[in-house]
Amino acid sequence: MRAKAKLYPKEAARLLREKPGVREAVTGATLHFDRNRLKAYAEVPIAEWRERAKAVKDHALSHLDQYLELAEKRLKENGVQVHYAEEPEDAHRLLREIVERRGVKRAVKAKSMLTEELGVNPLLASLGVEVYETDLGEYLIQLLGEPPSHIVGPAIHLSLKEIQTLFHERFGTPLDASPEALAQVARKVLREAFLTAELGISGANFLVAETGTLALMENEGNIRLSTSLPKVHVAFVGIEKLLPRFQDLALFLPLTARAATGQRLSTFVSLIQGPARKGEEGPEEVHVVLVDHGRTALLADPEAWETLRCLRCGACLNACPVYRQTGGHPYGYVYSGPIGAVLDPGLLSLEEAYPLPYASTLCGACLEACPVKIPIPKLLLTWRHRAVAEGLSPAWERAMLAAYRRVMESPALYRLFSKALRGLPLPQDLLPLLRAWTEGRGPLKPSPKPFHQLWREMEEGHGR
Amino acid sequence: MRVALFITCLADQFFAEAGVAAVRLLRALGVEVDFPEGQTCCGQPAFNAGYWEGARPLARRTLEVFREADYVVLPSGSCASMVKNHYPELLPGSQKALDLAERTYELSAFLVGVLGVEKLGEGLKGKRIAYHHGCHALRELGVREEPLLLLKGAGAELVPWEAAEECCGFGGLFSVKLPEVSLAMADRKVATLPQAEVLTSTDAGCLLHLAGRLSKKGVGLKVAPLATLLWEAYAG
Repeated sequence: MRAKAKLYPKEAARLLREKPGVREAVTGATLHFDRNRLKAYAEVPIAEWRERAKAVKDHALSHLDQYLELAEKRLKENGVQVHYAEEPEDAHRLLREIVERRGVKRAVKAKSMLTEELGVNPLLASLGVEVYETDLGEYLIQLLGEPPSHIVGPAIHLSLKEIQTLFHERFGTPLDASPEALAQVARKVLREAFLTAELGISGANFLVAETGTLALMENEGNIRLSTSLPKVHVAFVGIEKLLPRFQDLALFLPLTARAATGQRLSTFVSLIQGPARKGEEGPEEVHVVLVDHGRTALLADPEAWETLRCLRCGACLNACPVYRQTGGHPYGYVYSGPIGAVLDPGLLSLEEAYPLPYASTLCGACLEACPVKIPIPKLLLTWRHRAVAEGLSPAWERAMLAAYRRVMESPALYRLFSKALRGLPLPQDLLPLLRAWTEGRGPLKPSPKPFHQLWREMEEGHGR
Repeated sequence: MRVALFITCLADQFFAEAGVAAVRLLRALGVEVDFPEGQTCCGQPAFNAGYWEGARPLARRTLEVFREADYVVLPSGSCASMVKNHYPELLPGSQKALDLAERTYELSAFLVGVLGVEKLGEGLKGKRIAYHHGCHALRELGVREEPLLLLKGAGAELVPWEAAEECCGFGGLFSVKLPEVSLAMADRKVATLPQAEVLTSTDAGCLLHLAGRLSKKGVGLKVAPLATLLWEAYAG
């Protein structure tokens, strides 16, 4: 996917101006998810769960070379074909080979953010393959030609009315069709696709090294169908998704569900152990593609590697008051919200993702929500510090911060500034920065006298 | 016990009366209060924006200014967290930074945690107060109950506010770097605000931002810093 993260400030402003309904839809849905998460966390010893999950992930990440080798060995023993994709092109080559060899005309896809990273849909389209996103939300945005705006709820930004209009235009359903009726229409289309597709594509929530097991979580059953009905199943797995032991799933499956949606467990969990064996139904070929795409480099970054613990649960998006205003589209890349703001600079480059680490007030709500305790505020600060060091910040900001530092380093200058603030008419309309403040909040009104002056007056009165 | 008041630059300029209130209150509670005049800004705006090289000299001079104090008390959760949590990160290996971090408190946390005060007086009897939890006080310092305890103890009625713990959208430079998002966040706070007589918080930045937005939207709600209300709680 081409990154447009540089446009974040403009796109966020434009969306708030032109599509106020998005803010309403996203705020409503994320508050709902966030409250459910809080309730679900409160039912279990969550502090201990999070600490354990963090420890397991840190262990897996710091021994990734060993676990990758073990996973590859076990997967192969299970009859799975294992591939490595360092870059999207490697994934494309493999898909092209499969499409040509198996004569694939139609593919069904389970929701996967990684395949968004890799540009799987445009690639398949260019090969003449008809691709069906089968997660309902994902299907909606595919029909609209939009990218997902949330890791778990890709269509979180849409209102019922927009979906009714979309289905009315596409399928001729009445404009006031109920959500159930709309889901039935989608179901009919997707059932047909499941039954006729030659290729099923998925991501994975976890890959267990000791058993070579792919674990996939979902609520709609579409992942189960996408990975079991077509004769070929290709799973794209980021290398950070490895778990050492099968028993780790006992912690990670419920923890992820509680964090993501507040469920105790997702409605479906598929544990995939390879292609169909003799006498079984299921895919003839299962491929696991272990994807790097910047992850190894991020792992080697001593200040930013912790981002790779991410489970893609979306809890930080739901908790983030900045994300809630716009949803994910203005962020301009696959991963949005707080995790996107610290992951995208690592996966892309800081230059390409520059404004994202600033898409936060450092309120800390993300850290409280994160099931694996990724120190997002600290990582945001790290990326900001690097951005300044690399000279990516705008000139006005550098000038302002330099002036600020000069004033604050000298109490004498600070007092002078204090006088100027009261004595001189503030050029409220001239300084763009001041205008950015006053436009939405009215003029800045300093106290008649600053405290340091009141203190002197108090002390003089006190002494007498 | 000697306390040095760190007024913080925003309160110094925009909520000067909060400083007077804090001094009066601490003195009334038998604390000796000093105001080291060399103080300016803690450096947080630079630190949070990524300008750590600009923040370091400000942190170092703050360490010097408050070297002598038994305690440093700030009428701000955000600046207190800068000193307590971020100075040691900004100046790794600095014993002085760790030392100051230990002596530094947000005002209400100092009153409850160090002085052991639970009741200041009856001065807020029947007053309907909306309390905005500043994010850094709440999530970085863990100051949640202290202000509520002191306000309620003085007879105030704290109005239930579903967004009380949500960020107001100030965020320092964020407020001008992403003004539209910042205002949308303030609007959510304002839209959920129940009927109250006064809106308060530990942090001058949040209050400046929210007060500006309230007046722009024509909502005639009084905004007062927590220190001002705590003095009122004591003095009536």
